[in-house]
Amino acid sequence: MLHVRGLEAWYGESHVLHGVDLEVAEGEVVTLLGRNGAGKSTTIKAIMGVLDSRKGSIRFQGTETIALPPDRIARLGIAWCPEERGIFASLTVKENLLLPPVIAPGGMALERIYALFPNLKERLTSPGTKLSGGEQQMLAIARIMRTGAKLLLLDEPTEGLAPVIIQQIGRTIRALKEAGLTVLLVEQNFRFAQKLADRHYVMEDGRIVDMIPAARLEANMDRLHAYLGV
Amino acid sequence: MSELWYDLEPFLQQGTLGLVNGAFYAILSLGLAVIFGMLNVVNFAHGAQFMLGAFVAWMLLNWAGIGYWGALVFAPLIVGLFGVVIERMMIARLYKLDHLYGLLLTFGLALIIEGLMRNAFGSSGLPYEVPEAFRIPPVDLGYMLMPAYRFWIVVVSLFVCLGTWYAIEKTKLGSYLRAAVERPKLVQAFGINVPQMMTATYGAGVALAAFAGVLAAPVYSVNPAMGANFIIIVFAVVVIGGMGSILGSIVTGYILGVIEGFTRVFYPEASATVVFVIMAIVLLVRPTGLFGRA
Repeated sequence: MLHVRGLEAWYGESHVLHGVDLEVAEGEVVTLLGRNGAGKSTTIKAIMGVLDSRKGSIRFQGTETIALPPDRIARLGIAWCPEERGIFASLTVKENLLLPPVIAPGGMALERIYALFPNLKERLTSPGTKLSGGEQQMLAIARIMRTGAKLLLLDEPTEGLAPVIIQQIGRTIRALKEAGLTVLLVEQNFRFAQKLADRHYVMEDGRIVDMIPAARLEANMDRLHAYLGV
Repeated sequence: MSELWYDLEPFLQQGTLGLVNGAFYAILSLGLAVIFGMLNVVNFAHGAQFMLGAFVAWMLLNWAGIGYWGALVFAPLIVGLFGVVIERMMIARLYKLDHLYGLLLTFGLALIIEGLMRNAFGSSGLPYEVPEAFRIPPVDLGYMLMPAYRFWIVVVSLFVCLGTWYAIEKTKLGSYLRAAVERPKLVQAFGINVPQMMTATYGAGVALAAFAGVLAAPVYSVNPAMGANFIIIVFAVVVIGGMGSILGSIVTGYILGVIEGFTRVFYPEASATVVFVIMAIVLLVRPTGLFGRA
């Protein structure tokens, strides 16, 4: 579904990605693991097209997207939940939720989203940033679930959240997988990622250095710990 | 009641007349605020675009036989379209640079537009009659008689300002706009064509200025300097209200018009400078403006 080849990217003058290769098949949940600064978020942003400069090849369902602007990439069926969540202060919770346009049929209905996240339904008229951190994260995920996007890029969805909320987000990602969606997940919390993912890519210094399928995870634990420095 | 009433009456009268100027301040600063919020460009050509609105109304009448009501619709469309072309061809290239470049570009455009109009039409001003429908007895407000056309300016400007505020704060399209002001990249990553929205926003802001220009044509003579005279006060209004605040720019526009009116009663000599005195005080006490966010 997603084929990334030789992806390079820059933040201004600094060269951050040095040839990333990765594949994500339809219906998979794949994580990007690695230490801080390894280039995980940058990879996600490069796939979404929101960096100023990138090169290489990113094919999504057969379409080359490396030269497309982010709005065109989104319309192909890719949705992004940024690390900083990106909840809009000048929009109500409901406006935040309804902001991303529906790009394809098959998105989750509002009633289902309210059933998954009852807190949001109670606070529809509050300004978006008046929600707690956990509620903001749920809102950030919820709003891309109704658009019909096929590939969700989730950047550190559990960062700084309480365990009970992390569990709720885990259930949500499982529900997305059951619904046939594909997820590329950046995660520092390896124990959280371990329970969800089919495969794990490991990044170091702007490159993919290893790929470990979930089935072989136990056998490769030492290697992984060495990469992550835990 | 009478003695107090005699003291109050001139204030009421001048304050009400001040609302007419305030109407122009409000529409113009509203357009500036919308453009600045979305494009991060201080549109120094706003006064020239206001003046173009008045001139296009004059041309429509004298060259095409289209009267005031037609001009009220077509002049903003024509000048707004001109704004769209300017944004696409020039301003869009400056978004990645410092604010200063947008300001310099639009300031240069203002000088060019005013110069061209002065060359073509002279600087003495062209007459534009008060439309037929308003050649009626003045409106009796109880404490004064207000010329019907000036009364219309205040009423229609209120509708336009509140309509714009509603469209931005309460509609779906407005939520895109507010979101794009906060995080343009993310909004574009949701599949919304943000560059196109910026073009449309500039066009709409320019159309608002042109609309004010048509409203002004029957009151002030249509001349190339009419925008430059207004825009300096309007920038002071924007500074007082706080750059980028929609409601703030509207409310501040009307209030400053009224304050100018009051000043005309107790110290007429200061009525032209009172806005700038207030601006200096606001900048000292609250540098983000009365409604501005830090």
